[in-house]
Amino acid sequence: MKPLQDIIVVDFSQFLSGPSAGLRLADMGAQVIKIERTGVGDICRQLYVSNVMIEGESTIFHAINRNKQSYAADLKKEEDLEKVKQIIARADVLMHNFRPGVMERLGLDYETVKAINPQIVYAEVSGYSNEGPWKDLPGQDLLLQAVSGLTWLSSNRSDNPTPMGVAVVDILAGTHIAQGILAALFQRTITNEGSLVQVSMLESILDFQFEVLTCFYNDGRELPVRSEINNGHAYLSAPYGIYKTADGYLALAMGNITQLATLLECDPLQQFTNTAEWFVKRDEIKTILANHLTGRNTDAWLSVLEPADIWCAKVLDYETLIQENGYQTLNMELKVRTSNGLLITTTRCPIRIDGEIFTSNIGAPLLGEHNVQIDEQFGLTKHPISNYEM
Amino acid sequence: MSRLPLQGLLVLEFSQYLSGPSAGLRLADLGARVIKVERPGTGDAGRRLSIKNLWTDDSSMLFHTINRNKESYTADLKNPDDLALVKKLIEKADVLTHNFRPGIMEKVGLSYAEAVKLNPRIIYGAISGYGTEGPWKHRPGQDLLLQSMSGLAYTTGNAKDNPMPFGLAIADNLCGSQLVQGILSALIRRQKTGAGALIEVSLLESLLDFQFELLTTYHSSGKLPKRSKVNNGNPLLSAPYGIYSTADGHIAIAMVDLKQLAKAIHCNEMMGYDQKVAFSLRDEIKSVLAKHLLTQKSAYWLEKLHAKDLWAMEVLDWERLTKHEAYSCLQMEQTITTTHGKEITTTRCPIRINGERIFSPKPAPQLGEHNEKINKELIGDKHF
Repeated sequence: MKPLQDIIVVDFSQFLSGPSAGLRLADMGAQVIKIERTGVGDICRQLYVSNVMIEGESTIFHAINRNKQSYAADLKKEEDLEKVKQIIARADVLMHNFRPGVMERLGLDYETVKAINPQIVYAEVSGYSNEGPWKDLPGQDLLLQAVSGLTWLSSNRSDNPTPMGVAVVDILAGTHIAQGILAALFQRTITNEGSLVQVSMLESILDFQFEVLTCFYNDGRELPVRSEINNGHAYLSAPYGIYKTADGYLALAMGNITQLATLLECDPLQQFTNTAEWFVKRDEIKTILANHLTGRNTDAWLSVLEPADIWCAKVLDYETLIQENGYQTLNMELKVRTSNGLLITTTRCPIRIDGEIFTSNIGAPLLGEHNVQIDEQFGLTKHPISNYEM
Repeated sequence: MSRLPLQGLLVLEFSQYLSGPSAGLRLADLGARVIKVERPGTGDAGRRLSIKNLWTDDSSMLFHTINRNKESYTADLKNPDDLALVKKLIEKADVLTHNFRPGIMEKVGLSYAEAVKLNPRIIYGAISGYGTEGPWKHRPGQDLLLQSMSGLAYTTGNAKDNPMPFGLAIADNLCGSQLVQGILSALIRRQKTGAGALIEVSLLESLLDFQFELLTTYHSSGKLPKRSKVNNGNPLLSAPYGIYSTADGHIAIAMVDLKQLAKAIHCNEMMGYDQKVAFSLRDEIKSVLAKHLLTQKSAYWLEKLHAKDLWAMEVLDWERLTKHEAYSCLQMEQTITTTHGKEITTTRCPIRINGERIFSPKPAPQLGEHNEKINKELIGDKHF
């Protein structure tokens, strides 16, 4: 039995933060119903990236929304709103990521929904929480990275502040709202009561920085300083970083510099016997290392480092990664079929339960694809009262 | 907070460093009682791992940050007497987590199969670096190495840069989050079926999941994602997505229609670019924009952009952010007093329940601080 079997999630969220949480809940067995605006749907359907489209929709929409159902409704129409409320009345979870005030205007704020269904877990993702001067600003990933201080952690000191190249704020906020929802669902099995669960992207990206922020708060508010070359982490000593070799790249995590000097036959490094220097003189050490490592191929370096249990790895791109047996063993690829019959390769849920992986091959829904089915399920189909009416 | 959602649950944490312990921290903040089971004398190896050489009491401040709101129980799992006590704890526990390399828990006799014999309701959460099979299973599960092997290093920085890691432990953090999700789902199922579960996550699968948009696009197109040459923000996205220097700082500009952008900032040179070439000519367009934005200060541009509702924000560092009202209204900080009376300011749980923020004043434990209490409360005197 999938762990969330029988759980019904009514999902009003769009783009990535909320929908990525919905995806995980769907993977683990929940019925996730996307409530989408008639005619338009989740705006992400139109968000084309990298010029790649599948069936006129963005690839990423398909990746994010596989294994879900779509119910089209115009929430400004009384009749549609009423139907949606009846679905909500029997749902376990409601989720949205509208800007503050939108659900209130639609008449679907927490208090109203709680009156319809006191046991519901009502979850919302905002950009900057529901108060403060930024509350009405768009909660967009890059912008959150920019204001949260995160961009001063990656890349080298003299580079511009550098964003992380994946929508890290959306994804983390998605995991946090999923955690809150699941915790509240667990609590409901004991108390029989629903909850309001709230996450903001700003709080999520601050949480991600909890170790280094704690350092900042307690260490005289010193800002992070990225190393001048091959920065891997602003707070870590040499050699931590990625280095160019004769034929590719090599990653070196925490390691003993003099041991590395011996293994790599890099004499200039032998002088750094004082471990405190590994942080203070990291640019100098890394410069020596960087020059030295271009002298041989990655595999040649690995053949001396790995037997000595040095924390190192070859740097792979997707093309080289998918050819590796270590990748193939995971069975991480998932083929899903869209409602139009197209086959898409994406990734599966990363959680294994009782030794099993989840491999639902249901693709993302067409807009409104499940209206009839859901109307049936929730008894919203108009049946004539008697034959006389017909 | 009247009642936290996970109140009444007992979690045994055999995990060390960040991935497993970050999951334990979340479960603790949400109300569970989390007991770290640590090796006598040394404990969680994270106690010795410091950043900027910051120490609080006997352990690193890093350890205190990750392990607040937990208890510590020391036990030598190779000593039969200690192991017997730990097994008593497993009988009482709801959740167990570990992040040892594959085979270690089996060797000490605490595999999932053994744990289930002791307690059929146990949720057993195991973190590995690369899964429990295959040629990589014994490799060190360290964050930077996982970033390097999973393709992630080709998403950040510009096209000509070396592959560039995220400057934070993203694999550890996400893997911890996935473990929490798996554990909580299994707890929900247990309320219906009474049965425990084995939850397995790996750093590698967590990072592949994180890149699901990029990987799906790669599988569809057969082409590797390319970082833009100029001000890369996300390899999948068109101009202007990225961070730009201004006359006095930096601003971030997200997805914005090129014509609207050109008009809002009066950039005639950009007016010639049609939205259709926003991806194919992104380097060229971004270069034009980068040059133009250097001519005025950040505040000037933001005013123009926000007046047209275009997606842009100033780039802040922590000093400026933490002085901003948008930050202080969150009340994201909390101050904790350690067992030895030292105060540490750290962040709180990012999840709010019923409109309330979750603060937890309980500090990280000293090694073995709670042995006596735990023996008394959970094992019972008859064993001593």
